[in-house]
Amino acid sequence: MIENFDTSLVFTLFGFGINATIFYTWIVMALLVGMSIFITRRLKSDKVSSKLQTIIEFLVMNIREQIMAVSGDNPSKYLTFIMTLFLFILTCNLLTFVPWFKPPTASLSTTSAFAFCVFLAIPVFSIQNAGLKGYLKKFIDPVPIMLPMNILGEFSSSFSLAFRLYGNIFSGVMIGMVLMSMVPFLLPISMQLLGLLTGAIQAYIFALLAIVYISSVRPETTYNEDKKLY
Amino acid sequence: MDAITLIGAFSVLAAGLCISIGGMSAGFGEGHAAASALQAIAQQPDEANTITRTLFVAMAMVESTAIYSFVITILILYFNPFWNYAIQIAAK
Repeated sequence: MIENFDTSLVFTLFGFGINATIFYTWIVMALLVGMSIFITRRLKSDKVSSKLQTIIEFLVMNIREQIMAVSGDNPSKYLTFIMTLFLFILTCNLLTFVPWFKPPTASLSTTSAFAFCVFLAIPVFSIQNAGLKGYLKKFIDPVPIMLPMNILGEFSSSFSLAFRLYGNIFSGVMIGMVLMSMVPFLLPISMQLLGLLTGAIQAYIFALLAIVYISSVRPETTYNEDKKLY
Repeated sequence: MDAITLIGAFSVLAAGLCISIGGMSAGFGEGHAAASALQAIAQQPDEANTITRTLFVAMAMVESTAIYSFVITILILYFNPFWNYAIQIAAK
């Protein structure tokens, strides 16, 4: 009775089976890219801008502020990576409400891919921030005897990142399916509403933890945000 | 009792125990974290933003143990390797 999105084929393309996860990932990608192109095509810096532009400006400004508050560093460095993750996961989770939409985040392969991106981004941004020496120093912090623990922590943080998102979204989908077969009226809707809340919070938590991990090694100098930068 | 009955019975028991203890302990922990955060917000309402953000991170950390036990429960219930092995042995 358990439905695995990775094995349920939607259609075949040039001999390759396209499973539900890939198919719905493409839909979300098309949606996000289409919206971005549509909105940024006519950007205005006047006092009167379109409603959609205002929404996007609000999003970008708030995420910038969050990143700066958590990392205490220049947010422009992390903005593209973090915001891509956040918007993609948020869109996936919120589209659970559409009937027959199978959220890609309810598959372990998608969330593992995200967590792997974060896992690779940690050394990249750390070396960019403090150099190779500063990055390696993190592993023998505070005393060299903690080296195995620090290496283990590096892996388990990414591991739990993947499993947290998968477990939350997948359990939401599962509860919906089980309730649908037992009590088809009204009750599944309330659980789906709860699922929307959890989905939004999980997207926020994923982005937040990604910033915390990525900016764990930061430069010595403190960054002062100038409000004119917006 | 033969092996298949034992494996089936104990798998169901283990799944129930796993999710109940895992969920219960994580629930206690998260409740404690939330209570402390509420107290802190009541004492310093100006710092509510920082406290809420830290609370979310802490709750995500605490919750991961519950998520692990959920994953293990799903594994035991639907992808049980011991059960599959016993079925294979019985089919021979």
